[in-house]
Amino acid sequence: MSGGTPRAQPFAKAAREALKDTQLRRNLAKATGAIREKRARATEELPDWEALREAGRALKAHTLAHLDSYLMQLEQNVVARGGQVHWARDAAEANAIVRDLATALGAREAIKVKSLTTDEIGLNDALAAAGIHAIETDLAELIVQLAHEPSSHILVPAIHKNRAEIRELFLRAMDLQPSELSDEPAALAAAARRFLRDKFLSVDLGISGANFAIADSGTVCVVESEGNGRMCTTLPTTLITVMGIEKVVPDWSAMEVFLQLLPRSSTAERMNPYTSFWSGVREGDGPQAFHLVLLDNGRSEVLASEDRRQTLQCIRCSACLNVCPVYARVGGHAYGSHYPGPIGAILSPQLLDTPEADTLPFASTLCGACYEVCPVKIDIPSVLLDLRHRSVERKRARRGRLAALDAEDGAMRLAAAVFADPRRYQQLQRWARRVQRPFVRDGHVERLPGYLGGWTSTRDLPAVPERTFREWWRSRADRTGGER
Amino acid sequence: MRIGLFIPCFVDTLFPHAGMATVRVLERLGHQLDYPEGQTCCGQMHVNSGYQREVVPLVRNFVRTFGSYDQVVAPSASCVGEVREVYPRLARLARDPALAADVEALVPRVHELTSFLVDTLGVDDVGAYFPHRVTFHPTCHSQRVLHIGDRPQRLLARVRGIELVPLPDATECCGFGGTFAVKNADTSSAMLASKVARVLQTGAEVLAAADNSCLMHIGGALHRQRTGVRTAHVAEILAATEGSSWGGTERAA
Repeated sequence: MSGGTPRAQPFAKAAREALKDTQLRRNLAKATGAIREKRARATEELPDWEALREAGRALKAHTLAHLDSYLMQLEQNVVARGGQVHWARDAAEANAIVRDLATALGAREAIKVKSLTTDEIGLNDALAAAGIHAIETDLAELIVQLAHEPSSHILVPAIHKNRAEIRELFLRAMDLQPSELSDEPAALAAAARRFLRDKFLSVDLGISGANFAIADSGTVCVVESEGNGRMCTTLPTTLITVMGIEKVVPDWSAMEVFLQLLPRSSTAERMNPYTSFWSGVREGDGPQAFHLVLLDNGRSEVLASEDRRQTLQCIRCSACLNVCPVYARVGGHAYGSHYPGPIGAILSPQLLDTPEADTLPFASTLCGACYEVCPVKIDIPSVLLDLRHRSVERKRARRGRLAALDAEDGAMRLAAAVFADPRRYQQLQRWARRVQRPFVRDGHVERLPGYLGGWTSTRDLPAVPERTFREWWRSRADRTGGER
Repeated sequence: MRIGLFIPCFVDTLFPHAGMATVRVLERLGHQLDYPEGQTCCGQMHVNSGYQREVVPLVRNFVRTFGSYDQVVAPSASCVGEVREVYPRLARLARDPALAADVEALVPRVHELTSFLVDTLGVDDVGAYFPHRVTFHPTCHSQRVLHIGDRPQRLLARVRGIELVPLPDATECCGFGGTFAVKNADTSSAMLASKVARVLQTGAEVLAAADNSCLMHIGGALHRQRTGVRTAHVAEILAATEGSSWGGTERAA
């Protein structure tokens, strides 16, 4: 909730609205197109990229299979180095833990970085309710917070805005005159820096997410580009890190793999500018109190599903968003969740479990571009299929015998019965040829009613020809003596 | 070698000429084909829409129909991908070890047409003649499920008279996605608009692919917009010879 709560609505409806936004379409096409090409170059130059992907997948799969012991090891080592560990079953528990810690410190403000997981739990709103103002310090997070909008991309939360729009926003939010700010990226970054420097030097509470946590040394890692994250994790006297339980890795050797996979997949860099590691607290150096909040919030249930647990391998690189032809057209807000794009389409329905989020697994053509780039080889199309199946089964369970009255469900049952019997299948073909007659014009169908009208709104459909392949084959066999 | 022809339901019903062209090419190369009449549909639409349970009888039917053939060939990358990649999982879901074993034995023998020509038969010149400007759309399932690579293009490159022009952003999805085209018709249409623009950019008169499903989608817009570009399954181009230069009866848009 950098700056707002995503609006929950069925994907098709949200997408229809988003598609009309010409500025959004242009911004997204340009940004995703550029990062797509850069990522391809950054990964192609590594001869062992495919081996790295496999190593990343195997490391994550192994850790998830032994998640309980690695988490306990992490806790033990964080505590041994002077940190405190809190376990949160869900968003409410996590928010209460952070709020109580902040209130006990008498904090009025907090500076934040790597906010995706805290966005997931709505921490900023929970803190605001306790009179604590959370300030996003990642440039793009700051932009969406100032705009009172939710983020629209995992890595580039303001990808939907261009620099002219950002300038206008800064002019308003920072109370500047038009002559004081150009739309040059350097000028915009400098304006944000001036705004944030004050906060870094005066605010005593830092709140962060985490990219990784190393179990065998109790070390937390944040990877970033701007250095603002390091300010947040080193300058305040108290640091609270909220981390999903799936972020733990066994030991430092895992970092060799992930620190290659992550920057190349996300920002298309060989190495990201700032990688911060910290282990508990050290007297006279950095925060003197460190709290690690380990968040479940639905993850254990994802872990329990054999077909879907690979969802938790995600390292939040966002490569799948950048290559997704659906995301590139509708943008992040249409997904109604802080996790947009292909990974959001499999993660959100499992974490949120709402009727709106249940439309997300259908927001894909199953083209497989996401799976192809995923640095930890999450087979997103097959998880999408599994979630579609879950959605259908749930709908049936809810409606009982009435499920057959659902138009799609009924049509699918009927089609399955027809396809199970070659005679019925041929009857259907003959029937289709007859009933199409009123709709056919010059060999094509240009308008259909109801469900299929979605097709003919922009596309013609070829008419069913007079003879099927099967009929042609038979006539040929008859001619050649019927040996077949 | 007993070759069984697998002609997917919508090819049989809507695009019989792709099936006929497949027969023509393979017979011209001296192979005898059989079309087992027990076949219907691979069930891809059901699986992709979340109705997996309905498909198990179709898996059984497929195994029953094609189990005895040395090789099975289909002019559809998408349906072959369904059989090769999804059937094993469905058989496991059905908790039927006998079915799983049958599927496992059959799957390696089920081939998409261009892979069968290039890999199994070792042919890249099928003796075709097609004097037209053609661009080729590598469909998502042919590339990212079946990984057929440039096999269709290698075959097309050896067709006499053809002018094969590259399609920009070729590997981007056309927006079909089965029921996606209806459930998310607006997003699908937005993706289709980009694909159509790319096709027109090539100046080609024919758009070819190894999947009639994607061609039906892109062709639906090419026809709606009266672009003057027609679609052809790659088999139809490979079937064309001098004297019968246009194998199919696809109408120009």
